[in-house]
Amino acid sequence: MNKAYNFAFFDEGSKREIRRATLKAIAIPGYQVPFASREMPIGRGWGTGGLQLTLSLIGKNDVLKVIDQGSDESVNAVSIKKLVSDTTGVVATEHTCDATLIQSRHRIPEVPLTKEQILVLQVPIPEPLRFFEPSEHETKKLHAEKEYSGAWLMLFEQIMNYGTMTTDADHPVMVQDRYVMAPSPIPRFDNTKMDHCKALILLGAGREKKVYAVPPYTKVVSLAFDDYPFKGESFENKHCRLCGADDVFLDELIDEEIGESYYLCNDTSYCLEMINEKKLAGVK
Amino acid sequence: MTGYERPVLSVKHLNKQYGRGCLKCVNKASLLKNYCPSCGTVYACQDISFDVHPGEVVGIVGESGSGKSTLMKCLYFDQEVTDGEAYISVYENGEKNLFQQSAQQKRYIRNNVMGKVYQNPLLGLKMDFSSIGNIAEKLISAGNRHVKMMESRGIELLDKVNIPVHRRKEAPKKFSGGMQQRVQIAKALSNNPPLLLLDEVTTGLDLSVQASVLDLIKELQRELNISIVLVSHDLSVIRMLADRTFVMLEGKVIEEGLTDQILEDPQASYTQQLVHSML
Ligand SMILES: Nc1ncnc2c1ncn2[C@@H]1O[C@H](COP(=O)(O)OP(=O)(O)OP(=O)(O)O)[C@@H](O)[C@H]1O
Ligand SMILES: [Mg+2]
Ligand SMILES: [Zn+2]
Repeated sequence: MNKAYNFAFFDEGSKREIRRATLKAIAIPGYQVPFASREMPIGRGWGTGGLQLTLSLIGKNDVLKVIDQGSDESVNAVSIKKLVSDTTGVVATEHTCDATLIQSRHRIPEVPLTKEQILVLQVPIPEPLRFFEPSEHETKKLHAEKEYSGAWLMLFEQIMNYGTMTTDADHPVMVQDRYVMAPSPIPRFDNTKMDHCKALILLGAGREKKVYAVPPYTKVVSLAFDDYPFKGESFENKHCRLCGADDVFLDELIDEEIGESYYLCNDTSYCLEMINEKKLAGVK
Repeated sequence: MTGYERPVLSVKHLNKQYGRGCLKCVNKASLLKNYCPSCGTVYACQDISFDVHPGEVVGIVGESGSGKSTLMKCLYFDQEVTDGEAYISVYENGEKNLFQQSAQQKRYIRNNVMGKVYQNPLLGLKMDFSSIGNIAEKLISAGNRHVKMMESRGIELLDKVNIPVHRRKEAPKKFSGGMQQRVQIAKALSNNPPLLLLDEVTTGLDLSVQASVLDLIKELQRELNISIVLVSHDLSVIRMLADRTFVMLEGKVIEEGLTDQILEDPQASYTQQLVHSML
C-alpha cells in the first residue's frame, strides 16, 4: 500500500462529497445528480466517473472486481484495479459472486447480482436526450416536465432508417415510471438485468460530472413502441465454443483456418467458471 | 360569416413587455413608439384582444417590430405573457385561461389542439432528423406510440403538402425553403388541430414558391375547415387568405375589420399608407 496517498486516494472530504451526491442519486432513481468530478491520475473518458464512485465507497473489507467490456484482464481494468488496491490494500477477484463492489464498463455480469453487492457502471454520455437536444439547460427542463418525446423520436428515426431499433448499446430506459435514463453502453441484452435488480447500481460519468442510480428492486423498462417491442440481442441456436453456454451475451469471432464464425462468452470470468464447474463435474 | 358560433380562440387583453418597466413608463405615456428610453423596456404587445371563429382566417398585418411574432409566440407558449387571457373552445370547454396552465398542460395544448408554422424553419423543425420523423415528433408528443400509424399519417400529410413521399426519410436541411415550409405545415396539421398559427410562412421565399405555398394553405383551409391566425407584414398575403384583418402598429391594434373593408376603406392613416403602397 502506498502511504503517500490517503486511503482510497481521495481525502475524506472529497469522498464524503461524492457519497452525498450518490445518496441523492439513490433517493431519486434515474435522476442525474451533478457532482464535482475530480482530477484523477488516469485520463477522463477512462472510467474516472466510475472510479470516483468506487473510491468513495470502498472499505477495507470490500472485495473488488473490475471488468472492461466483459474482461477482467484488459489494460484498462488492470490499471483501475491496481490504482484501487495500491491505495486501499483491497484484494481483487475475478469471481462475480465473491465481489462486494464491481466496477464495470459496458457490461453487467452474467451471474445474477445479490443484495450484498454494488455495481458501478462507467458512463461516457449520461444524458439520454443529448442527441435530440444539445442544450443542458433544455434537457433539464425536459426531465423536470417528464417530456420524453425526444427519446421516442430517436427510436422512431432508427426504425425509419434501419427497419428496427438499432441501438446496439445504451438503449434508453424508464426508471420507476419517472426518469428516462441512459443505462450506459451496455448491450440491450443487459437492460433486462437492471429491472428489479437486487444489487444497487450506480452510474458515474467523470467528464460530464454526473452520478445517477438504480436502487435495488427498482422498475426499469426499456423504451419501445406498441408495434415495435423491445428485444435484446438474440443468440438463438448459438453457444459458447469453450463452455457451451447458450443463455449469455456472446461475441462473434472468425476462425481464420476454416473461415467460419464461432461464438464465445463475452463475460470471460463467467466462461472460466463454467469450464471449471464442468471439469469438477467430470472428475466426480 | 360564422360570427354567431362560439369562438375557437378568444384572446383578451394580452400584454407582453420585454423588460421590467420603470416609473417613467408605467403609464406608457412617455414611450418612444413601443420603447421606454429611460429603462429600455419594449412594450411589444399592448392590450391585444380578438376572437377567431370556427373555419375563420384572421390576418394580422403590421410593419417590422409591431409585435406580430411576439403575439404568436405568446399564443404558442414560446414566450410567457406579461398578463392577459386566452381561451380555446376545445380545451376545458373554453373556460380555463391558457396562460395560467402548468407547463405540462401548456405542452398538452400545443401538441394536441394547436399547430404552428414558424417564419424560420430552424425554429419549427429538427433539421437533422428525417421529414417524417419531424411529423412524428408532434404525434409522439401527443402520446402516440404506434410506429406504423405514425408512419402512415406522416406519408398522408407529406402527400397532402406535395412533398414526394419517397423523400420522407430525407432531412429538411436537404430541402428548399419552400419544401421546408411544407414540412412544417404537415407537422402542424398532424394532430388535426382546430387552430393553426402561421407566422410569415412565405417571407423570404421566391415569388412563385410563395404563391404555391399560399395556394396550399388556402386549399387545406377549405378542405379541413381549420381556423387560422395568419401573420404577415405583406398585405397581399393577407388579402389572399384572411377573412378578417387586424392592423398592428407599435404593439397595438389600430384597426380591425373585414379584410375587403380594410383594403377598400382604410381608416387609420397608417393603414391608408399600407394599402396605398400595395397598389
Ligand atoms: N426576446 C426579445 N427581447 C427583447 N425585445 C424583443 C424580443 N423579441 C422581440 N423584441 C422586440 O419586440 C418588438 C416586437 O418584435 P416582433 O418580433 O414581435 O415584431 P414583428 O412584428 O414580428 O416584426 P417582423 O415583421 O420584423 O417579424 C420589437 O421592438 C422587438 O425588438
Ligand atoms: Mg415577426
Ligand atoms: Zn421605463
